[in-house]
Amino acid sequence: MYKRAVSNPMSMPFFTPGDDPGPNFVKLLERTGTRIVRDLPGQIDAGHATTVLAVRTVDGVVMAGDRRATSGHLISHRSIEKVFEADRHSGVAIAGAAGPAIEMVKIFQVQLEHYEKVEGKELSLDGKANQLSAMVRGNLPAAMQGLAVVPLFAGFDERRGTGRLYQFDLTGGRYEERDYATSGSGSLHASTVLKLGFEDDMSTDAAVELVLRALWHAADEDSATGGPDPIRGIYPIVASIEVEGFERVPEDEIATKFGAITASLGNRWASADDEGGES
Amino acid sequence: MGMPGFYVSPEQLIQDKADFARKGIAKGRALVAMRFDNGIALVAENTSATLRKVSEIYDRIAFGGVGRYNEFDQLRIAGVRHADQKGFVYSREDVDARSLANQYAQIMGQIFTHEPKPLEVEILVAEIGRSADEDQLFHILYDGTVVDERNFAAIGGDSESILARIEEAWAQDLDVASAIRTAGSALAGEERSLSAADLEVAVLTRGDHRRTFRRLDDSAVAELLD
Repeated sequence: MYKRAVSNPMSMPFFTPGDDPGPNFVKLLERTGTRIVRDLPGQIDAGHATTVLAVRTVDGVVMAGDRRATSGHLISHRSIEKVFEADRHSGVAIAGAAGPAIEMVKIFQVQLEHYEKVEGKELSLDGKANQLSAMVRGNLPAAMQGLAVVPLFAGFDERRGTGRLYQFDLTGGRYEERDYATSGSGSLHASTVLKLGFEDDMSTDAAVELVLRALWHAADEDSATGGPDPIRGIYPIVASIEVEGFERVPEDEIATKFGAITASLGNRWASADDEGGES
Repeated sequence: MGMPGFYVSPEQLIQDKADFARKGIAKGRALVAMRFDNGIALVAENTSATLRKVSEIYDRIAFGGVGRYNEFDQLRIAGVRHADQKGFVYSREDVDARSLANQYAQIMGQIFTHEPKPLEVEILVAEIGRSADEDQLFHILYDGTVVDERNFAAIGGDSESILARIEEAWAQDLDVASAIRTAGSALAGEERSLSAADLEVAVLTRGDHRRTFRRLDDSAVAELLD
């Protein structure tokens, strides 16, 4: 039944017991020759994608990301998505080279589901973060050539009953954060807003408001981060991950909240102008 | 000096292998798959809560196996690998039960003809379509024979009398609870009754969610059986 090591990805894979890739989908792709990663010489400037963040709330976590991808000084896409459902109870957000990042997310999603189906139970949240860490580390040669991917991972830990967040670095280093995490070129500005606005036991609603505020300020300071675009109807993607699972916040709700944020900022600057005029 | 050779006719060889496989399969307990108004239910007689006979393969595809556990579990894992890989290389919608059933048939047929011991398993591959008339049920035998079933199927144990009982009770547009009750009493027969703890139940349900496979735990099954 398992004599052949299969090289055709479309035939059914069987392995000898000592030589079995187990529930690891990445290993399976390597073994069947479906995906071979080679080191290539040279540097490429691919599209880059850019402010993502996550905040712990009383019920879980809120994750968000802007929609802009840039190529040098040009905007290459206005509506790419950087926040993805990894599985029912976790999400992944990406910053870095868009192509490799989206490919990494796709493999990560299949990897988690593959493990769950083969083993008959889900990986622990730590186990999932570790898997992603291995993928980031595997991308290091590409990162050296300008194709870096630096994701965020967050989820609801069913065993502990809390939300948890993880930040990564280029080498696959995995750092669990307590309150909030950010990644991408606008992350410095976004994390300042989160730092000042974060409170323990925030409601999901308050956290959504906070991450939108952080994204607005990141977009205001960083040219590679996109702000809300009411003309085209393009808004950041925001999702909550709680005991019921991953859920996207509806776009009209984000539009309304952004309306309130920009109105309050507008009022502030308008009144500053008035005062300036009088003196 | 070689082994002394005895001539065995191909007919005899195939017959012996088939008898051997059938005997092994009949020893185990049976599994039933049944269409209901909004999906497909898979119900197995299984007292173990960990060694499963019914599993998820892909978004719309489930697997059921009877006979030797280690053998059908190998087939299950190969199916998951095949499906995940195919969905990754092409697209999720390109993964279908028919091609999976053909792959299984190839492998099982190959083993039946070429290996000294045939597999002592029968398996079911079920897929729910976008609409009810696209539902598919494939029954694959120990020798690689594929049977395309329409509304229900029974494999393992005394599957013939189970099928006879289902034929009497099954109706178009059963709801999920009646389908599971019907399957449960068909598996039990007249002389026994099976409780929720004796059954392993999973359903594929049509809806707007991507993964349609759902396992029902003992308390959910007990509620449906009442």
